[in-house]
Amino acid sequence: MTAVLSSSAAEAPLAAPAGATTRTPALPVAFRSLRRAFGNGADAHTVLRDVDFEIRAGEVLAILGTSGCGKSTLLRATAGLDSPSAGSVDIDGTPVQGIDSRCAFAFQEPRLLPWHTLRANIAIGLPKGVSARDGKAKVARLLDLVGLTDFAGHRPREISGGMAQRASLARALARNPGVMLLDEPFGALDALTRIKMQDLLLDIHRAEPTTVLLVTHDVDEALQLADRIIVLGKEADAGADSGAASPGATIVRTVTVPGERPRDRGSVDLARLRASLLETLGVDGH
Amino acid sequence: MTRLGNPYVTGNSVADGHAAAVPATPADAARPDSPAMVAGGSPANGWSPAGILANGWARLLLGLIIPAAMLAAWQVSTAAGVFSIVQLPPPAMVLEAGLDLLQRGQLGQHIAISTQRVLIGFAAGASLGLVLGSLVGLSRFADALLAPTIGALRAVPSLAWVPLLILWMKIGEDSKITLILIGAFFPVFTTVSLALRHVDQNLVEAARAFGLKGVKLLTTVQLPAVVPAVFSGLRLALAQAWLFLVAAELIASSMGLGFLLTDSQNNGRTDRLLLAIVLLALIGKTTDALLGLAEKWAVKRWA
Ligand SMILES: Nc1ncnc2c1ncn2[C@@H]1O[C@H](COP(=O)(O)OP(=O)(O)OP(=O)(O)O)[C@@H](O)[C@H]1O
Ligand SMILES: [Mg+2]
Repeated sequence: MTAVLSSSAAEAPLAAPAGATTRTPALPVAFRSLRRAFGNGADAHTVLRDVDFEIRAGEVLAILGTSGCGKSTLLRATAGLDSPSAGSVDIDGTPVQGIDSRCAFAFQEPRLLPWHTLRANIAIGLPKGVSARDGKAKVARLLDLVGLTDFAGHRPREISGGMAQRASLARALARNPGVMLLDEPFGALDALTRIKMQDLLLDIHRAEPTTVLLVTHDVDEALQLADRIIVLGKEADAGADSGAASPGATIVRTVTVPGERPRDRGSVDLARLRASLLETLGVDGH
Repeated sequence: MTRLGNPYVTGNSVADGHAAAVPATPADAARPDSPAMVAGGSPANGWSPAGILANGWARLLLGLIIPAAMLAAWQVSTAAGVFSIVQLPPPAMVLEAGLDLLQRGQLGQHIAISTQRVLIGFAAGASLGLVLGSLVGLSRFADALLAPTIGALRAVPSLAWVPLLILWMKIGEDSKITLILIGAFFPVFTTVSLALRHVDQNLVEAARAFGLKGVKLLTTVQLPAVVPAVFSGLRLALAQAWLFLVAAELIASSMGLGFLLTDSQNNGRTDRLLLAIVLLALIGKTTDALLGLAEKWAVKRWA
């Protein structure tokens, strides 16, 4: 499967046929002193604070953190679906203001339009200005890549949760974005499909190295896919002295994952890294 | 499923208090693979409840059982002399009264003028309801500006407008059609504005994230999401339109089915009175069924 996918992805890149459109280049992303608080007055509660980080163009960054720590919030700010209370997200040097067409988002839930077929849902991801013919061919190719060709004419309610998630991933891939935002894209998949989809993502990234921000709960997934990993969390000592409302999460750890992809899932280095990451996340790693 | 609207529109309570009259969502019927339809294809299931329901003709016959039984009871009780002829004339007499009016050319006139009033009033009221309902449902500004006024107007029992309408527009077509318009407006306005407000914001956000906005966003996400609710509103509005037609014609008119009712009452023609009621039932049901067909088509197409 992997071999087939990688060769097909290499021979038939997802960009439109050569010359038809310019391929979107990967773009660098920077978080600058980003803070996000919800509510105001006494109800105000800070979710993210002091997030400072630069992601290189074409890099795959995994974002780890416990549930509710603000991972989705960070992606939403990057896409311009949400605006930070302070600081900014810069894509390619320009701050994000409003919905940013340089990004594509695969949401934590599939969020497919129930009245459209999968084919039509994926076509929504196509960038502006793609001709009908190219668009159709691209959607067909994506359906094939995520293994949904046989279900192209089905409505979302007629497919399983994992299939819907793959369709949602395909919709984001259709965009050829400068920045790809993936919010737990493989959460609803069984172990085998998950590995297949991870390989697929790597193949696509190799063929078209876009910048990827990948939110995940799965440390192994982060270690397999990412160049670097950041862990969001609350600093242990912060807030203890003030006793006031929670100070919000920030980047508590940055890890550069060693080795080239695809990485050996059984490697000792990775196992050690895995244990230490789990410890940072507050899980006893033995 | 007996909920109003479709599963992608939450908060289905309809403030009009007509919610109970809302038909079951059509989405199930329109699904090509819904169990009932699949079952209909296999002869083995022909006599199971699902098999009967899947067959259009069998279904129609099933729906005719109660009307036929009522007709039979009517016939039997009148033949047995349970009621006097003034109280309840036998079915044949009602039929005769109908044929008689038909020959004099009056029946066609009554039906035509009533249907015309309902259709014009319904079309105008429903269009206005769609436009204002969409505005209020989509724009917070329009909501703040319009909703209180419209809410207050809705609080006025619609028949309370009758004296004013007659004063302003005299006893002509205008006052009747305006009353029907008022009756048809509110169900559509309420269902459409509520449904639009409750369109799944996650879907709207996802579509916006992929660059959809304005009219394209409206036609891709919001309108399809509310198609079933819109039709529920339209069907309520049509029922209201017939209701207000009769009210308008009872109060002041010289033609129409409502006039036939009062006129027959005054002349002691119970046969014609019953005829008018049967005709209202038949025509009302027919217009509702036509709207139901449009609904099926729209749901298949969009929802
Ligand atoms: N619109 C909002 N209004 C108020 N609070 C919000 C809003 N959006 C998010 N939050 C809060 O921000 C915090 C972080 O939410 P977020 O969805 O980013 O978490 P997450 O890290 O993605 O969690 P999970 O792993 O469970 O998806 C939560 O406490 C949530 O209650
Ligand atoms: Mg999340």
